[in-house]
Amino acid sequence: MISWFESSLGYDWAFFLATIIDILVIALPLMLAVAMIIYADRKIWAAMALRRGPNVVGPFGLLQSFADGLKVFLQETIVPAAANRALFLLAPIITFTVALIVWAVVPFGVGVVLADINVGLLYVLAASSLGVYGIILSGWASNSKYPFYSALRAAAQMVSYEVAIGFILISVVLWTGSFNLSAIVLAQKSHVWIFNGYILNPLMFPMAVMFFISSLAETQRAPFDLTEAESELVAGYQTEYSSMSFALFWLGEYANVLLMCALNATLFWGGWLPPVDWAPLYYVPGIIWLFAKILFFFFLFSWVKATVPRYRYDQLMRLGWKVFLPVSLFWVFLVSGYLMLTRVGVGS
Amino acid sequence: MIQALAFYLFAFVVVLSGALTIASRNPVHSVMWLILAFFNAAGLMILVGAEFIAMLLVIVYVGAVAVLFLFVVMMLDIDFAEMRAGVARYFGIGLALAVALAAEVMIAIGAWSTGPIQLARRAAPIDDAVPNIQAIGNLLYTRYLFVFEAAGLVLLVAMIGAIVLTHRQRGGVKAQNISRQIARRPQDATRNTSPVVGQGVEL
Repeated sequence: MISWFESSLGYDWAFFLATIIDILVIALPLMLAVAMIIYADRKIWAAMALRRGPNVVGPFGLLQSFADGLKVFLQETIVPAAANRALFLLAPIITFTVALIVWAVVPFGVGVVLADINVGLLYVLAASSLGVYGIILSGWASNSKYPFYSALRAAAQMVSYEVAIGFILISVVLWTGSFNLSAIVLAQKSHVWIFNGYILNPLMFPMAVMFFISSLAETQRAPFDLTEAESELVAGYQTEYSSMSFALFWLGEYANVLLMCALNATLFWGGWLPPVDWAPLYYVPGIIWLFAKILFFFFLFSWVKATVPRYRYDQLMRLGWKVFLPVSLFWVFLVSGYLMLTRVGVGS
Repeated sequence: MIQALAFYLFAFVVVLSGALTIASRNPVHSVMWLILAFFNAAGLMILVGAEFIAMLLVIVYVGAVAVLFLFVVMMLDIDFAEMRAGVARYFGIGLALAVALAAEVMIAIGAWSTGPIQLARRAAPIDDAVPNIQAIGNLLYTRYLFVFEAAGLVLLVAMIGAIVLTHRQRGGVKAQNISRQIARRPQDATRNTSPVVGQGVEL
C-alpha cells in the first residue's frame, strides 16, 4: 500500500497515510468484534444459567449490542458536581485507547501486522501497564467512596499480576530468543513433534496455565472482578459514569479481554499457525486459525465467569504474590537452565 | 519531514508537561503531567532508535513508579495554602539548585564537544542489523558484567532493607491461615444431634 501511495506522494507521507489506513483496518473490525463478543458473552452466560439471553433485537438478538450502543449514545453524559471534570472525562478515554493501541503488534498472519517491531512484547507490557491509569483516575476523579475503593483495589491487583505476567513472558522470550511477536509465532512451528505451539511443551505448559489465570486477573474478569464487586462496591470505578463515558469503559474492557485472548493464542498456542504442522491445514488462512483460537479462549473466559465464585481480596493477593510470583520466577530459572544445557548460544 | 515534526512535537510536550508538573496546583495533576513527560521522553528515544530503552522507560517509570506516586498523592490530604507559603521560602534554594544543574550540564556539553574525552565513538551510530536489545545485552553481559552484577546486588540490598524497615510483627492480629481454612472439613465444624424436646443442645 505504501508503494501505491508513493506514486503520487513522497515516501514519508505515503507511509503516514498507509499507516493510518492500516490502523482503521484493524480498529474498525475490532469494534465490530467487541460488539459481537459482548453478545456472545451474554449468550454463553445465559446458556450456562439455562436462560435464553438476548433474543429480541434482530435475528437471535444479534443486534442487541448495537441497540445498547445506540441507547448509551443518546443518553446524557452526567459529570458529578464534586468530580474533577477533566480527569473524570479523561479516564475512560485512556482505558479505551490503551485497549486499542496494543493491537498494533498482534500478528494476524505472515507479515500481517501493523507494527512489526522487535520490542513487540515489551510494547504489550508497557501498554498494559498504562491500563491501570484509566481505572485509578476514574476512581479518584469521581470523588466518591466506592469508586475510590475500587480504584485502589484495581491498582494493587493489576500491579501484582503484572509482575507474574512479566516473568511468564520472559520464559516465552527465552525460548524464542526474540521479543518480536511474529518471531514468537514462527518459533512455535512444529515445536513439539508435529504440533504447533508452546502449550504441549511440558516446561511451558504450567506457564500457559498461569498466563491464562493472570490474564483473567489483569482484565478484571471473574473470579478476580473485585473492582466491580457489585455486592460491595456498587459498580466499582464505573459507578459515577453514564452514557458514552460508561460505554468507553465497557468497550475498552472487552477489547482488553479480546486482546488477552489473542495474546494467549499467540504466545502459547501458535497464533495464526494451524494446530498441527500438516500441509493441507495451511490452506486455511492464518487469520481464521487466530480467530478460532481467540474465540476458544473467549469461551473459556465466559465459562469461568459463569461458573467460578469471586475470590476474597486477601486470597487474590496471596495468589499473585505468594504463588504466581515465586513459581514463575523459579520457572524462568528452570527454562533458562534447560535452554543453556541443551542449546547454548541459540536464538539470536 | 515527519521525523522532524515528531521530534518537535515530543520535545515541546516534554518541556511543557515538565513545566506544568511543577506549576499545577493539584498534586494529582502534577503526577499526570509527569507521566505525560515520561511518555514523550520515550517517544524521543524511539526517534533516535533506542526502542528498548523507550519501552523500559514506559514500563518502569509509567507502569510502576508513577503508579506509586499517584497512589501516595491521591491519598494525601494536602493543604494548598501551606504549600504556597513554602514556595516563597524555598524559592532561593530552588533557583540556586536549578542554576547549578544548568551550569553543570553546560560544562559537560562543552567538555564533550571540545575536549579530548573521547570515551568511544561519540553517539555511536545505530546498527540496523543488530537489534537494540541484543546490542545492550552484549555490552551488559560482557564488558560491564561486574558493574551490572554490582548494580543487581545494590538493588537486592535495597530491597532487603526496605522489607526489614517496614516489616513488623504485630501481636493480636487475626491472620488468615489459608491451608488451615482449606483443610477444614464439615465433620470438624458441625455435629448432628437429635435433642429431646425442651432440653436443647450442649455446646
